[in-house]
Amino acid sequence: MATVVIPSLLRKYTGGADRVTVSGRTIGQVIEELVSRYPEVRDHLLENGDVKPSVAVSIDGEMGTGGVLDRVGETSEIFFIPAIGGGC
Amino acid sequence: MAASPTEKPSFRVIGTRPVRHDGFDKVTGRAKYGADYSFPGMLFGRVLRSPHAHANIKSINIEKALALPGVKAVVTSADLPEAPDKMVAAGEAPVNLNHLSSNVLAREKVLYDGHAVAAVAATSAHIAEEALRLIEVDYEVLPPAMTVEAAMKPGAPIVLPTLRNKEDGPDKQTNVANHMQFTRGDLAEGFTQADFIVEREFKTAMVHQGYIEPHNAVGIYGGDGHATIYCSTQGTFNVRALSATVLGMPEGNLKVVPAEIGGGFGGKLVIYLEPLSVLLSRKTGQPVKLTMSRAEVLRATGPTSGSTIRCKMGATKDGKLIAAEIWMAYEAGAFPGSPVGAGAMVIIAPYMIPNFKIDAYDVLVNRPKTAAYRAPGASNAALASETVIDELAEKCGIDPAEFRLINAVKEGSPQVVGPPFKRIGFVETVEAIKNSPHYKSKLEGPYRGRGMASGFWFNVGLQSSATVNIHSDGTVSVVIGSVDVGGQRAAQAMIAAEVLGADIKDVRPVVADTDSIGHTDVTGGSRTCFTTGWAVHDAAQDALRQLKERAAKLWEMKPEEVLFENGKFVPSRPSEKAKPMTLKEIAGRLGRTGGPVVGRATVNPRTVGPAFATTVVDVEVDPDTGKVQVLRATIAQDVGKAIHPAYVEGQMQGGTVQGIGWALNEEYFYDGKGVLRNTGLLDYRMPTCLDMPLIETEIVEVPTPGHPLGIRGVGEVSIVPPPAAVANAIAHAIGVRMTQLPMSPPRLLKAILEKRAANETQAAAAD
Repeated sequence: MATVVIPSLLRKYTGGADRVTVSGRTIGQVIEELVSRYPEVRDHLLENGDVKPSVAVSIDGEMGTGGVLDRVGETSEIFFIPAIGGGC
Repeated sequence: MAASPTEKPSFRVIGTRPVRHDGFDKVTGRAKYGADYSFPGMLFGRVLRSPHAHANIKSINIEKALALPGVKAVVTSADLPEAPDKMVAAGEAPVNLNHLSSNVLAREKVLYDGHAVAAVAATSAHIAEEALRLIEVDYEVLPPAMTVEAAMKPGAPIVLPTLRNKEDGPDKQTNVANHMQFTRGDLAEGFTQADFIVEREFKTAMVHQGYIEPHNAVGIYGGDGHATIYCSTQGTFNVRALSATVLGMPEGNLKVVPAEIGGGFGGKLVIYLEPLSVLLSRKTGQPVKLTMSRAEVLRATGPTSGSTIRCKMGATKDGKLIAAEIWMAYEAGAFPGSPVGAGAMVIIAPYMIPNFKIDAYDVLVNRPKTAAYRAPGASNAALASETVIDELAEKCGIDPAEFRLINAVKEGSPQVVGPPFKRIGFVETVEAIKNSPHYKSKLEGPYRGRGMASGFWFNVGLQSSATVNIHSDGTVSVVIGSVDVGGQRAAQAMIAAEVLGADIKDVRPVVADTDSIGHTDVTGGSRTCFTTGWAVHDAAQDALRQLKERAAKLWEMKPEEVLFENGKFVPSRPSEKAKPMTLKEIAGRLGRTGGPVVGRATVNPRTVGPAFATTVVDVEVDPDTGKVQVLRATIAQDVGKAIHPAYVEGQMQGGTVQGIGWALNEEYFYDGKGVLRNTGLLDYRMPTCLDMPLIETEIVEVPTPGHPLGIRGVGEVSIVPPPAAVANAIAHAIGVRMTQLPMSPPRLLKAILEKRAANETQAAAAD
C-alpha cells in the first residue's frame, strides 16, 4: 500500500493524520481513495478530473509528469506539494 | 548513460570554452531583436495606461482617437472574448485565464498605476501616442492597498471583489489569495531545547528584473485566420498558448517566432503586448508592432514581490538548529500568484531542522501583477533565514561556514515539503567557499566586514524537444525550441558535438519557431541546459544509432557490430569491407544507404537537479553617508556539470550582481496615491560594472543522478544568497543588523546614527 503524506493544512480533514496508507496503481486511484475517505480534500487536489495545475506530485522522490496517470508502486511515498515556477 | 555520482567522465568538447555561435552577430549589431522587425505596411501600436492605482472604469470613449488621421484601430477589453475564471497549466506555473486577460486589457477596474486600458494602431508611433491622449476614460478613483500590511488588515480596500480563499470561505471578500503551511515535529518543544533564539522581522521592497530590452511584439494576422507573432520572450509555446486563449483562437492557428532576447530573468515568461499586436492586426489587416518604453516596463510588467517575513530560529549551544517559526506575506500585485509558496519551501531548505512551522500568504495589492524573477521568492526568504542564522552562529561562537556544515542537508535529508534529497552539493559549496582564496584572506580596515550566506533553488524539468540533422557534408544542425538566454545555443551545440564526435564549428544550433519544433517549455526555471540538453543528447544518440545502421549496411554487418570510438565508426570485428569512417565520410553516403538522417527526441523528465550556492561578500561602509562599497564577492555553486564553463560563470556572476543590487539600491517607490515615481533607470538604480568588483566563481560539480550528463540548472540560485551575505557583511562592518531592503545609504545612515546615539546614551549613563 502506498503512503500519502498529508499537507499540513489538509490534516484537519484527515482527523489530524499526517500519513495515510492507500491502495491504488495510479495517482488517480490514490486520490480517488483519499477522496472517498476524506471528501473535503477533493477540491484541493483535483480540477476537471486531473491533478490541479497548482499542485505538484512527488512519487518516491521524483516529480510526477502524468497527473492522475502517473504510476504508483506498492510501497510508494507520495507528497502533494505546491507547484513552483522559476525565473532565469 | 546516466552520470554516476562518483566517476567523472572525460569529455572532448563539454567543459571547453568555444566562441558562441551567436556571438559575432550580437556584438556587431546584426542580431535581430524584436524591435528590429519591420514589414511592408506595418503599423505602430501604443497602449493607454491607467494613471490610477485603483479605480472603477465607468466608461471609455474612443471616438476622437479613431477620428485622428493615421489611426487605424483602437481596442479595449470589449474586443477580447471573456476568459473563463479557471487555472490552467501554462509554461512552468499555473495561470488564471481571466486574470491573465484582464491584465492584458483592464475590464471593469484598473488595479495598478500603468494597467493597460486600451491600445491604438496608427501609421506612425507619434500619431499613436497622440491618439492615446484623445481616448477619454471616466474613472471612479478608489483608495489603493499598497502593502501587505495594508491589504491584510480588516476594512482594507478590496483589490479583486471576486477573490475568495478556502480558509475564509465563499462569502468573505479578501485580499489574501492563498495560505500555505509547512510543518514538522513539535515547534514548542523545539524552542524549549534551544540555548539561543533569534527573532526578527524583515521587509523587502518590490524590485524589477531589470532586463535591458523592453517588451516588444509584432503581430501579423492573415486573412485565413492564422497569425504570427514575432517577439522577445522566454517561452514561444507559452506565448502561443496564452495569447491564443486570450484572443479566443485555436492555438494551432498562432505561430510564434522568437527574436533574440535582451534579458528576461523570468519577466518574459508572461504576455503583455503579444495578444494586443494580433488583436490590432486582426482589426486593421496590417502588421502591427508594439514596443514598451522603460517607464512602461517598470510600471506595467511583472516585478517581483516585496515582502514581510518574521523569522524566529533557535539553536543549541553546539550549533544545532533545533526550531524555526516563520511567517511570510508576499505582494502578489493585482492578481494572485506571488512566489510566496516557493519562498516558504526554500527558506530553510539548506538545513536539517527537526521542528518548524512556516506560514505563507499570497496577498493582493494595487501594484503590477508580479512575475518570476530568478529563483522567485527565494532571495526575500534567504535574507530572513540567512541573517538570523548568522546571528545564531555569532551567539554560538561558531564560524558561519562551520555552522552551516553542522546543519547542512545531504543526500537522503528530507526537504521542507517532505521528499528526501537525492545526491546534492550543498556541503561542497560551503567547503569551496571555506577553501577559497577570498575566505582565507584577511579583511582589515575600519568599517569593513565579511558576510556569508547560502541559498537553494529547486530547478525544474518540464518538456523539451530536439532534432539533430546530419547534412551530406557531415555538418550538423541542432534544432531546439529553447530561446537562447546566456549561451544555450553554444551549450546545445557542444552536447551534440560531444555525442557525434563532431567539431564544434561543424555544429549549427537553431532556435526554432513553434511550427518548426516539438513542444518545448520555457527558458526558465533553470531547466534549459538540463532538459533541452537532455533532449539534444538523446536526439544526437538517435542520429548516431541511425548512422551506425548506415555503416552496417555499407559493411554488410549487423548494426550492433558497429562501434563508435574516438569520433569514428569502426567495425567490432575485422572485415575487408569495413574500413573506419568519420562522420563526414558516412554523411556523404546517406543518400545511397536510406536517405536523410534526422535524430529526434522529446524529454519530460521526472528527475530534476536542485542547486545550492554559497556566497561570501566583503564590504566597506562609509559611516558618514551610509554608502556601501562591495570590495570582493565570491560565489560557489553546484552546477552538476558545466557544459560551457564561461557561460556558467556568467550566470553565477550575473545572479550575484543582481542580488547585490537588490540588497543595496533597488526598490519601487510609490507615492501616497499609489503612483510609481521612479520610472527610469536613473532613479531605479541597478548596479553597473563601475559599482562591482569582478565576481569570483567556484564551480562545484556534483552530478545530478539520472541525467545523462549530470547537469544541474545554473541560472537562478546565484541570486539567492547575496542580499543576506551583504546584510551579514554590513553587520560585521558596523555592528548594525539591517532588516529592510534595500540597505540604501539613507537607511543605513539612519541606522548608523541611531546606533551611535544609543552608544552615547549608554556611555553617558555608565558615567
